[in-house]
Amino acid sequence: MKFRKSLMAAAIFAMGMASVTAQAADPVRVGLVVKSLGNGFFEAARDGAIEAAKEIGNAEVIYTGPTSTTAEGQIESINALMAQRVDAIAVSANDPDALAPILKRAMDRGIKVISWDSGVADDARIVHLNPSSNPLIGAMCIKLAADVAGDAGGEIAILSATPTSTNQNIWIDEMKKVLPDYSQLKLVDTVYGDDLADKSYRETVALLKKHPNLKVIVAPTSVGIVAAAQAVADQGKIGEVFVTGLGLPSELAGHVDAGSVKSFAIWNPIDLGYSAMMIAYQLTQGDEHMMIEAGRMGTITFDKDGNGAMSDPFVYDASNVHKFADIF
Amino acid sequence: MITEKTLKQTMTNDLPKDMSRHLPDSLNSDLRSKMMRWETLLMVFVVIAFFTNIQLSPYFLDPWSLSDATFNFTEKAIIALPMALLIIARDIDLSVASTIALASVAMGFANTMGAGPIELALIGMGVGTVAGFVNGWIITKFDIPAIVVTIGTMSLYRGIAYIVLGDEVYRSYPEGFAFFGQGYVWGVLSFEFVLFLCLAVAFGILLHKTTFGRRVYAIGNNPTAALFSGINVKRHRLFLFTLVGLFAGVAAVLLTSRIGSTRPSIAMGWELEVITMVVLGGVNIMGGAGSIVGVFIAVFLMGLVTFGMGLMNVPGIVMSIFTGLLLILVIGTPIIWRRVLTARKMKSKSGN
Repeated sequence: MKFRKSLMAAAIFAMGMASVTAQAADPVRVGLVVKSLGNGFFEAARDGAIEAAKEIGNAEVIYTGPTSTTAEGQIESINALMAQRVDAIAVSANDPDALAPILKRAMDRGIKVISWDSGVADDARIVHLNPSSNPLIGAMCIKLAADVAGDAGGEIAILSATPTSTNQNIWIDEMKKVLPDYSQLKLVDTVYGDDLADKSYRETVALLKKHPNLKVIVAPTSVGIVAAAQAVADQGKIGEVFVTGLGLPSELAGHVDAGSVKSFAIWNPIDLGYSAMMIAYQLTQGDEHMMIEAGRMGTITFDKDGNGAMSDPFVYDASNVHKFADIF
Repeated sequence: MITEKTLKQTMTNDLPKDMSRHLPDSLNSDLRSKMMRWETLLMVFVVIAFFTNIQLSPYFLDPWSLSDATFNFTEKAIIALPMALLIIARDIDLSVASTIALASVAMGFANTMGAGPIELALIGMGVGTVAGFVNGWIITKFDIPAIVVTIGTMSLYRGIAYIVLGDEVYRSYPEGFAFFGQGYVWGVLSFEFVLFLCLAVAFGILLHKTTFGRRVYAIGNNPTAALFSGINVKRHRLFLFTLVGLFAGVAAVLLTSRIGSTRPSIAMGWELEVITMVVLGGVNIMGGAGSIVGVFIAVFLMGLVTFGMGLMNVPGIVMSIFTGLLLILVIGTPIIWRRVLTARKMKSKSGN
């Protein structure tokens, strides 16, 4: 193994000396540019990308990014990748606009550029991979509520961020769209905690007082879900009222143990890195279709602007929350 | 030229025994030879970095790659030139990165009002100049240390940028504006880089060949003595701060043009990178000594090292550690060397 490695290094070195042009037998190299290094979320994405590279075989991940979340730092990383003549760049952008000129330049030099997680301007990448989509998020929140409410069903309420938060309102609308499919669930109230821990907590306490038969609180906000879980525990309602929604495993592991949260959802960074790598690889193989095969994640469809959604939000419960709590 | 004899005399006069601090009157003759040594050392490091890069990466020796790499440091290097003068004159400006943000926001705002490329550039430079002038005016008028005032304006200027822009962004600059930060003058030579080369020559002449440059050294070595020799110290300092502001404005034009957009967080943390370039270039952070040639070589040394590590995909954290070590190594070596020499000299003296 070691011999083979050194032989390969020698061969690469010799080829490098002879000519700098890319060789056909070279692996497909994909630069995975993240917002900043030393962030558990992105390290998990890197692990996913490496998994994808192993599955592909003839591919290599170059994991890179700045130390702090600056666009200027990412530009330097992209410059270095361009100089190495990578085949593709998959970037989670710190700034959708500031990265556009350098990414366009990379595309001019024949590098396939995609964005994932956090996108860039439409004309500065081929496709953008969203971790999920609004309808999928809305549907997942209600599905989790139905699961925890059981066959008997019951009253549910939504704890949102601010009444003007665009994302929140879209998700609430999506939830309302799928609610008729769950006749056992009855939405009784929607309250707003403004993404402040103390206000979310007070709103939850008020909600519990106002609706004594409440079964499930759906909080599609990472601040709200923690505050609601805490309020349910403090009011001694564990086992009667369950909290679900979107949140971070590291913040919710304790509440899952306590029982105020049975399950919740958020994207899975490992899957995200895996899919980004798969898509980048497929693009280097000349696949420029609107539907791209992404290994175990199935086929991902992109709309006319090149936006695609990876999958349903990933569900976390007692079986896996501790594993992911160390990641993000 | 200070002789061993006078040195011994001053020593016996109960003056500080610190030999590393040079007496002002040794400046003219001693400085040049010392600086030559410094620049030689830097050059050696540059050559080492260059050949290491060639050895380690087959991609290094490519005109386009090298040209791309210059974009990573050119804007900072342009500020480093006037900053070198400022630090030689015993001052410092920590607000340059915030000045970039302020100037960039001003350009973005002007763009929404329909300004053309040339007007935008003038506005960027104008705002930078005003910001630098305000720094200098407060410092010289109220006699407050530069580090205090510019830490204040560092927050102030960026604060204004945040108030104006918040989490918004200015973009869609006019077509022609992209030339400043993305255009090429000839072949692989970018406008930015050519501008930097011209400015380096201009600043070299200003510092080393003009009366103004001599005065900068005089102020840095001893402001009181400079004042008594008829130099209007305050006006010179005010001018230097304004000059740094102007070139922070120039950097703002280039950076804004290069990334084609403005956010209030633009150029975050650049002030320390600029100062690192200056210090690495052999400019004494306590003032009084330094050269443009040194800063010029230091810029390339940092550029080569960071680009080389980038090609090797060294993580940024390791890169910062390496840059820090390089700084300590390059600055520490001559100081330690001098100490050793002095100690040896003292020893042989006392042995006599």
